Amino acid sequence: MKLTGAQILMEVLKEEGVDTIFGFPGGAVIDIYDELMKTDIRHILVRHEQGAVHAADGYARASGKVGVSLVTSGPGATNAVTGIATAYMDSIPLVVITGQVPTPLIGNDAFQEADIVGITRPCTKHNYLVKDIDKLARTIKEAFYIARTGRPGPVLIDIPKNVGSAVFEYKSLGEIRMDSYNPTYKPHKKQLKRVADLIKKAEKPVIFAGGGVILSKAAEELTHLARIGLIPVTTSLMGIGAFPGLDPLCLGMLGMHGTFRANMAVSDSDLLIGIGVRFDDRVTGKIDTFAPDADIVHIDIDPTSIRKNVPVAIPVVGDCKDTLAMINQILDKEKLADLDEKRRPWLDQIQHWKDTKPLAYKQSEVIKPQYVIEKLHEITKGEAIITTEVGQNQMWAAQFYHFAKPNCFITSGGLGTMGFGLPAAIGAQMAFPDQLVVDIAGDGSIQMNIQEMATAVQNKLPVKIVILNNRYLGMVRQWQDLFYDKRYAATDMTHAPDFVKLAEAYGAKGFRATKVEEVEDVLHAGLESSETVIMEFVVEREENVYPMVPAGASITEMLLV
Amino acid sequence: MSENKHVVTMLVDNEPGVLSRIVGLFSGRGFNIESLCVAETIDPLISRITLVTRADMTILEQIEKQLNKLINVIKVRELAKDESVQREMALICVKAAPEHRAEILRIVDIFRCKVVDVASEHYTIEITGDEGKLAAILNLLKPMGIKKIARTGIIALLREPK
Ligand SMILES: Cc1ncc(C[n+]2csc(CCOP(=O)(O)OP(=O)(O)O)c2C)c(N)n1
Ligand SMILES: [Mg+2]
Repeated sequence: MKLTGAQILMEVLKEEGVDTIFGFPGGAVIDIYDELMKTDIRHILVRHEQGAVHAADGYARASGKVGVSLVTSGPGATNAVTGIATAYMDSIPLVVITGQVPTPLIGNDAFQEADIVGITRPCTKHNYLVKDIDKLARTIKEAFYIARTGRPGPVLIDIPKNVGSAVFEYKSLGEIRMDSYNPTYKPHKKQLKRVADLIKKAEKPVIFAGGGVILSKAAEELTHLARIGLIPVTTSLMGIGAFPGLDPLCLGMLGMHGTFRANMAVSDSDLLIGIGVRFDDRVTGKIDTFAPDADIVHIDIDPTSIRKNVPVAIPVVGDCKDTLAMINQILDKEKLADLDEKRRPWLDQIQHWKDTKPLAYKQSEVIKPQYVIEKLHEITKGEAIITTEVGQNQMWAAQFYHFAKPNCFITSGGLGTMGFGLPAAIGAQMAFPDQLVVDIAGDGSIQMNIQEMATAVQNKLPVKIVILNNRYLGMVRQWQDLFYDKRYAATDMTHAPDFVKLAEAYGAKGFRATKVEEVEDVLHAGLESSETVIMEFVVEREENVYPMVPAGASITEMLLV
Repeated sequence: MSENKHVVTMLVDNEPGVLSRIVGLFSGRGFNIESLCVAETIDPLISRITLVTRADMTILEQIEKQLNKLINVIKVRELAKDESVQREMALICVKAAPEHRAEILRIVDIFRCKVVDVASEHYTIEITGDEGKLAAILNLLKPMGIKKIARTGIIALLREPK
C-alpha cells in the first residue's frame, strides 16, 4: 500500500490503539492534521502547546495508556518542552509528535526551525528526528514501545514536513523488538528469598511505595504484601493512592511535608522496603540521617535509581508488579505465624505517633484551605480524580484527600510544574468522561494555563476547579515566613482577576465562598453542575503547610502546627 | 572515597546525535570526562567509544548504569588495566635546536617511536604506548621545549583468554 508519511503516521497511531490526541496546528504539521481529520481519532485543540502535553500526560496518568500530543515546529515545539520535562520527571508514557522544517532546510535557521531533538535530549526517554520516509513507521512503533515499557517516559518524534508528504510503501510491522533496549521485568529469585527472610526477621519494618507501583499497576500486590506481612506503608507524593489512604497500616506521605508518624517510623525502622521510588531529596531530607538503623531493600525497574541516593542492602531490579507477586508467593507459602504479636509493639508505637501528632490545622473565622479539601473529600466520598497545581494547594490535597485508589491523584511531583493541574484535568476527563475530575489549584498556578478553560468549555468537559485563593504564591511565601524573616519578596498576588467573572467570560460557571458557612454550599453547587466550573475559596492568607522539614534537615526535625 | 581513573568502553549505534547524548549525559549529571575516542567498528552500523573518567565507585556505577540506559548504547563495561590492552597515540612537536637534535633522536630510538616530520627548527614525533610511556617521553622532551602536542586519548580492548 503506497501511503504518504502523514497517512503512515495515522496507520501506526491506529494500530497502537490511540483514540485521543491533544494538539495545536501550524505550517509544519498541516499535512498531518489534514490526515488526522479523516480518522476516528479525537483531537482536542488546546490553547497553548504546554497544555497539550500536560493534557496528554493527565490522560496517561488516569488511564495508564500512552498519551499523545501533536504540535508544530519551532515555537510549537519549544512551548511543549515544559510539558515534556514534567512527564519525564514523573516517568509518564507520552509520545510527542513535533513538525519540523523540510529536511533540506534543517540547519539553515529556517522559518520556525528549532533543534527540538537537541533541546529535549535531556528531558525525553528517547527522541528521534525522522530524516527518511522509509524509517517513519518503524520509528513511531519504537517510540510507543519505548514510552510504555520499562521505566516509562516521554518520547519525541520530530517529523520534517517533506517526510510527512513523501510517499512510501507501507506494511504493518506488528509487534517490534529492539536489540539495544531490553528492560528487566523479572527479578532475581535469590534476592527475593533474602527479602522474604528480612521481612520475617524484622521487628520494625516499613514499606515505602512510589509512583513505580502505580505505573506498573501493582497496587493490589502491594496491599497484599502489607497485609500478610503486617507492614505499615508510607508513600512518596507520586505513590499516593498505591495503598488505601484510610487503611490502618497507611502512614501517609513521607518527607518534607510528610506525616509525623511516617517520618518517625522510617527513621526508627529496622527494615525499609522501597518499591518504585527513587529516594528523592524531598523525601530523604539530610541523607546521612535517613533511616539510620534500617536495612534498605530497593525494588525498581530502573537500575540507575538503585544506589543513586541511598546505600542499599538488597537491590532488586525488576517490575514492581512481578516482583511483589513473587515475594507474596514466597510469603504466602510460609505461614507467618505469631506475626500479630511480633508486630504489636511497632504498630502500637506508630499509633501513638499518630494519636499525639496527627495531621492538623486550627479552625478559624476565615476559611482554612485544609477544611475545603476535607469537605471536598467528604462530599465526593473520596472518589474523585484529583489533579493539582503546585505549591501549598498540592500538599494540602496530598495530605487531606485520603486517596483510596491508584491513578486518582494526578500531580507534577518531580518537576513541580505550576500550571499542570487544569490541562491534566482535561486529559483525565477525556479518559474518563463520566467521572468527577477536580483540579485543586492555587491562585498563582491556575493563571499559568488558565487559557485551557476555553478547551474545557469547547469540549463540554465538566472539569471542576477548586481555587484555594490565598492571594500569595503561598509555598514560596511560607519559606519566606519561616526562613527569611517574613520578607515577602515577589510573592504577593493580591492583583488577580475576578475568578467568578473569568469563569463566566470563558462560558463556564463560577462560584465563590468567602465565609466558612459558604464552603459546603459552593462545593455542592459546583460539583453537581454538569458544566466546567470554577469554585473560588478565599482562604486564610498566611496558612502554612505542616509538618515541614526545613531543607537539608533530618526528617525527624519537623516543624509542627 | 577516592576518585580514580577508569577506562570505560562501549559499543553504540553509529548514528548522528549519539555522541551528543553521551556527552550530554556526562555534563548534565556532573560526571567527568578526561578523554574520549570514537570510531567505527568492523560493523559500519556500530561505533566503539573509549572514555576515560575520574570517579569514585558509586559514581562509576552510576555512569555505567546511566550509559546502559541510553537507547543507542548497546554494551558498556569498565576495563581494568590488567585485563585489557590500553594504548594512546601522541604527536609531539618538539623544538630541535642543533645541539639537541642528537639527543632527541636518541630518545626516539630508545622509545621505539619515530620522527614523522622534520622542519627547520622542529621535529614532530609520533609515539604509541600506554600512559606511562607517554608520560616518560614527555618528561624527557620537555626541557627541549615542546611546541605543541596532540593526543588521541586512550583506546582499549579486553584481552581475550590465553
Ligand atoms: C512554573 C513554576 N514557576 C515557579 C515555581 C515555584 N513555585 C513553587 S510553589 C509556588 C507558589 C504557587 O502559588 P499558588 O499557585 O498560589 O499556590 P499556593 O502555594 O499559594 O497554594 C511557586 C512560585 C514552580 N513550581 N513552577
Ligand atoms: Mg496562592
